[in-house]
Amino acid sequence: MTTEKRPKNKPPISPKRREQSRREFLRTGAMAGGVLLISLMGYIPVGEGKMKRLRPPGALIDKDLNERDFLAACIKCGQCVQVCPVEAIKLTDLADGFGIGTPFIEARDQACDFSCDGLQCVLACPTGALTHEINYPAQSRMGFARLTRPEKCLAIQGQGFKGQARGPDFKGVLRYEELDRWKAVPIADHPYDLELCDLCVRQCPIEIRIGQCAAGKPPSGDKNQCPPSRAISLESMGEGKARKPLVHDGCVGCGVCEMVCPTDPPAIVIVLDETADTQRKRG
Amino acid sequence: MSYFAASIKQMLGANPGKPAPEDYSPEAREIHVVKKGRKETKAELMAIEEAHALHERRHLWRKRRWMTLILVNLLFVVSYYFDVQLLEGALTASRFIGFHMADLNSALQVMLAFKHVVLNLLIGTVTVFILWILVGGRTFCSWVCPYHLLAEWTETLHLWLEAKKWIRPVTFHRGARTIFYVLFALLALVTGYTVFETLSPTGILSRAMIYGPGLALLWVLLLLLFEVFVSRRAWCRYVCPIGLTYGLVGSISPVRVKYNLKDCHHEGNCRKVCLVPHVLDMTIKGRAADVDVPVGADCTRCGLCVDACPTSSLTYEVLGLKKLQ
Repeated sequence: MTTEKRPKNKPPISPKRREQSRREFLRTGAMAGGVLLISLMGYIPVGEGKMKRLRPPGALIDKDLNERDFLAACIKCGQCVQVCPVEAIKLTDLADGFGIGTPFIEARDQACDFSCDGLQCVLACPTGALTHEINYPAQSRMGFARLTRPEKCLAIQGQGFKGQARGPDFKGVLRYEELDRWKAVPIADHPYDLELCDLCVRQCPIEIRIGQCAAGKPPSGDKNQCPPSRAISLESMGEGKARKPLVHDGCVGCGVCEMVCPTDPPAIVIVLDETADTQRKRG
Repeated sequence: MSYFAASIKQMLGANPGKPAPEDYSPEAREIHVVKKGRKETKAELMAIEEAHALHERRHLWRKRRWMTLILVNLLFVVSYYFDVQLLEGALTASRFIGFHMADLNSALQVMLAFKHVVLNLLIGTVTVFILWILVGGRTFCSWVCPYHLLAEWTETLHLWLEAKKWIRPVTFHRGARTIFYVLFALLALVTGYTVFETLSPTGILSRAMIYGPGLALLWVLLLLLFEVFVSRRAWCRYVCPIGLTYGLVGSISPVRVKYNLKDCHHEGNCRKVCLVPHVLDMTIKGRAADVDVPVGADCTRCGLCVDACPTSSLTYEVLGLKKLQ
């Protein structure tokens, strides 16, 4: 590195040299404009700010279901992906624009079943994009379950269910406490034989925790793990054995009901236009 | 002007040019006078170059660097693939055996966009800041960044096409990177999105290696094609704010390349291989203001010039330690 002082009397710049530097300046401007334009195209997919994908627990979604803070805070490192024991979390691609590299969950393929109990993704997040303000599954607000296809629902038809919930080839896993407290197993390895299909209620992580707490055995022996309100129940439809799933405001939108629902397409799905909080507000 | 300020100015895009006559040290002036009367013939230079090409240490630093770069990136991949929790995350942010690390530029973009800093991010940023001060700032670029390696490989293709005269290489003003730096910072601050991360081939490649490939690789491919057919190493030279962030850190690093005037033939092989040849301006005949001149902050410490120099006039030095050979 040399010092940068120049002789006071600079030699005059030749016209050729001046033309060269003028062209370089214009070229550079065009290049910069091009790169800037391309980068701003990333705005298109996220412009509305509304959540379009199911995000991991704790994602910064505000009361209007706007995920701008989440996209701002996420550093796109995928540490949440790495710690998830059921590998529910994936990262978005270029099509998500400014949201590139952010985590999401495809509930039908692999929902978050909270089998880590301690919200490992939240703990792993280095920036607080998955807010450290929540500590327990029941505190998360990812979305909300809705019975969008009641005509498909086996329980409403009064039908039972026998066999593998999603067929033999389905790769998704769930933690079945009665089998293994620590390890999730493929749903395909755990066939059911139910007189009336109640899979959405039976496998709901919130409902399972309520059951455990009622039996005096909260997860990890921590009473704070006990959900304050129910997430889903089967309600009587008058006479006969047919019953209707009803989602309550304890639902966190984890997506297990959507994953485990044996009909195709699923009778119950997670919607992103409300959470337990917005639902409660509406009354 | 101090080494520090000149180094920063040069990195931001200024062209320092020739030192003023009064800035030369007496020793340097003496050497320049001696050299002025001596000019190696083409044949002599050729012989020197041929002898150097056979030298066993011809690609020593490149070998070490490529191995380091591949190893670091492999460590990320292996950590996830085999779930060994050694280096979790990606280059943008990670945990090394539990310790938080955050890429300085990614952390900066998040801080500007989110306007809120959680403790873990602060810890990770400070850790990485100290780490790169110790090892040389833009050392990140050439020793860790996966895009750098790809670009280095495709650069060969560009140089080949150029030698064949099939393409006419295009250059831009180096100041563009400074403009981009300010623009991306402002965009993050104003829009609240980490705009640069959408384009960053460093993040894209790192995530692709660890979590699987995606469409974003097409953007990286486009960049590489631009560099092959239009402008040599354009992304690193004219756009990438990561380089500038680490360059600023490296301006106060004790690790740098040092130039010694005495034996230099001024044939310019170092500048030909350099990603940022302006940092080697002092190797031009008559430019070095002193016998020993440290290379500026924009240098990525890649060592290509150290490998290329037939007279060992360019060496690594660690301030406070004796020369690294």
